[in-house]
Amino acid sequence: MSSARNLTAALRRARVPRPRVALRPVQFTPLTSTTRTFTSSSTRTSDSRQIKYTSEAYNVQRNPNFAEISADDVAHFKELLGSQSAVIDGVTADAADDLEPFNSDWMRKYRGHTRLVLKPQNAQEVSKVLKYCNERKLAVVPQGGNTGLVGGSVPVFDEIVINTSRMNQIRSFDAASGVLVADAGVILEVADQYLAEREHLFPLDLGAKGSCHIGGNVSTNAGGLRLLRYGSLHGSVLGLEAVLPDGTIVDALSTLRKNNTGYDLKQLFIGSEGTIGLVTAVSIQCPPRPKAVNVAYFGLESFEQVQQAYLAAKGQLSEILSAFELMDGRSQSLVIESTGNKHPLEGEYPFYCLVETSGSNAEHDMAKLESFLESVMGDGIVADGVLAQDETQFQALWRWREGITESLSHLGGTYKYDVSIPLADLYQLVEDCKVRLTEMGFVGDDDSFPVRAVVGYGHMGDSNLHLNVSVRQYNKEVEKAIEPWVYEWIQKRQGSISAEHGLGVAKREFIGYSQNETMVKLMKQLKNLYDPNGIMNPYKYI
Amino acid sequence: MSGLRILVPVKRVIDYAIKPRINKAQTGVETAGVKHSLNPFDELSIEEAVRLRERKGPIKVEDILALSAGGPKCPDVLRTAMAMGADRAFHIDIPEKGDSGPEPLTIAKMLQAVVKEQNVNLVLLGKQAIDGDQGQTGQMLAGLLGWPQTTQASKVEIKDEAGTVEVTHEVDGGVETLRAKLPMVITTDLRLNEPRYASLPNIMKAKKKPLEKKTLADLGVEDTRRLKTLKVTEPPPRKGGGKVEDVDGLVGKLKELGAL
Repeated sequence: MSSARNLTAALRRARVPRPRVALRPVQFTPLTSTTRTFTSSSTRTSDSRQIKYTSEAYNVQRNPNFAEISADDVAHFKELLGSQSAVIDGVTADAADDLEPFNSDWMRKYRGHTRLVLKPQNAQEVSKVLKYCNERKLAVVPQGGNTGLVGGSVPVFDEIVINTSRMNQIRSFDAASGVLVADAGVILEVADQYLAEREHLFPLDLGAKGSCHIGGNVSTNAGGLRLLRYGSLHGSVLGLEAVLPDGTIVDALSTLRKNNTGYDLKQLFIGSEGTIGLVTAVSIQCPPRPKAVNVAYFGLESFEQVQQAYLAAKGQLSEILSAFELMDGRSQSLVIESTGNKHPLEGEYPFYCLVETSGSNAEHDMAKLESFLESVMGDGIVADGVLAQDETQFQALWRWREGITESLSHLGGTYKYDVSIPLADLYQLVEDCKVRLTEMGFVGDDDSFPVRAVVGYGHMGDSNLHLNVSVRQYNKEVEKAIEPWVYEWIQKRQGSISAEHGLGVAKREFIGYSQNETMVKLMKQLKNLYDPNGIMNPYKYI
Repeated sequence: MSGLRILVPVKRVIDYAIKPRINKAQTGVETAGVKHSLNPFDELSIEEAVRLRERKGPIKVEDILALSAGGPKCPDVLRTAMAMGADRAFHIDIPEKGDSGPEPLTIAKMLQAVVKEQNVNLVLLGKQAIDGDQGQTGQMLAGLLGWPQTTQASKVEIKDEAGTVEVTHEVDGGVETLRAKLPMVITTDLRLNEPRYASLPNIMKAKKKPLEKKTLADLGVEDTRRLKTLKVTEPPPRKGGGKVEDVDGLVGKLKELGAL
């Protein structure tokens, strides 16, 4: 018989749900094998056979100006980086299995032909690698946790992958100012855990936090769940260290909140998706960790009411409001279908919202939240809802929002559109898309229809919608029906075709829908200035 | 039997998803500024009481009384219990005294008095509270009342109007089904049910449900403490494994440890 203590431990094990993190497969780093592995190419990596090569799917030609990697190059890199675990060599040996995780993405949508992965340990090593690549005209792809959604971190042809996973040290943290300085390859959750022990919080939170690297977050200007509260990385990143293609180390690792001394060049690296330089370290402003966090989950009858609830939340919860998320009914039934979990509300509603508050005083927050809940229930804005009574329920409610991406991936492929649209029109895109695809005969309940469902969810507080078309298999005709229609729809409403995911490969041709010719020209000028040979993350949006 | 009058004692404890920390004086667990919630086993008891009512069995549920003993924040968990479906609540105000709460025997005597006063015929309580892990109250209460008890229930069924109850509980390697007659004491275990969320309309309604404050003296019970906590310490920290850079490192490490 177990003791009571063991029973308590068992209870914790039995009922604590899977953490809200690591919703995406954690990327593992295979060890380099020095001996040649004799696996025939037809039997290896059976589960990756279906992933189409990006080079075929997107009709791009390899740039003939780029050199081919030679055995001499590999020998040079091996000498340069010293440690054998820093190089995965598929040039002089067969390392296809080891290379596979670096050549494809977790959505199984993009696949490259790289034969070499380098894992430098610091900015100096990155500098030497890039300088050499630039002189030899060898193309490179910077890669962090490889959790991106647009194929930005996956090679297209034989670009060398420069992976940041070995740059994983937290350099410093100042409790007084809340400034954290850390290497680019630190995993977001690790950084947040480190800060949690010091009663601070990383100002970014997203589903992939168990795998993604903060360098990648900065390079792609990731938005995530708490942007509403803590703002964009363009504001919270105080400085960074990056390496330009010619090997120049850009030391802009300032920890100052204010620094008006000329051009704010660090901003060029935030969101440029590794096309100008490779970020090797970041200094970031971190807020104190909230002591009291509450979550409520609503069911609503119309999008009109969702907007009213959002206005009420902003007005009444103001400074403690930390997230306002929208999920449509279909997205929630897909989560039920995939997880088998019992839905928190009794009835079914076309819309659901998740409202989170974070503050420093539980009683004060609860008083505010209760009066807010009373008013939205009393005014009939919200049809039904629940309030998390403990930590477990808190996490369980969040999973109804954060688990959507994972559930969709279990059910098949997904065409993902991450867009910014003025709030009033936000959900109209989903309705219009559903009508369009249904009229074209793509949507249905059995396997003869390519499209399973058209769902919408997203960060209501940031006017950011995720339009997801869940498909049974990726299908060119469906894709043609959505693109460029969806981009035109957004352009008409002055929206952005990529709110937080970036452009990468997926939207490489569509930048014009959200940026005018002058802007694109200016971007190209900058690109040519810092990367004249174009070796940084080629074949992507620029 | 006319109707079921159920008493559900509940306790406010540190949320079980939160890692407790020992205080500096090593006399107990740090509770200030730590998230508290309803003891998970008590949540199951409340849920079961509400389900007994919803199931509309042979005996109608007349009253569900939630009760909590402790400091000024106990009403929080009582409101949760009422939002889940309890009809009314008693808060037995016990001033903080030292680092631990009243002993199980005190609580059992207090419950005995409430059972008598309120004419209760079924007490549903968690098999243990996850803070003290003592797991004695239910058994002591049944002893004091001279009632039958079934512990660690994973299924509760009211069989007939005469008050026959069948309770299934888990034992090593299987389950055991017991039969007894009301009035009785049942302690609850994990597999009994899956507690519901407190819905907003019910949270609002719970605010208007009666919450009565009482003291131990009102019930004729004294808070005697016969045990003294000498020291509370954390379990020894788990020794983490090391990481090696590559295969050579692994081989080197294994040799160092004499495994190769």
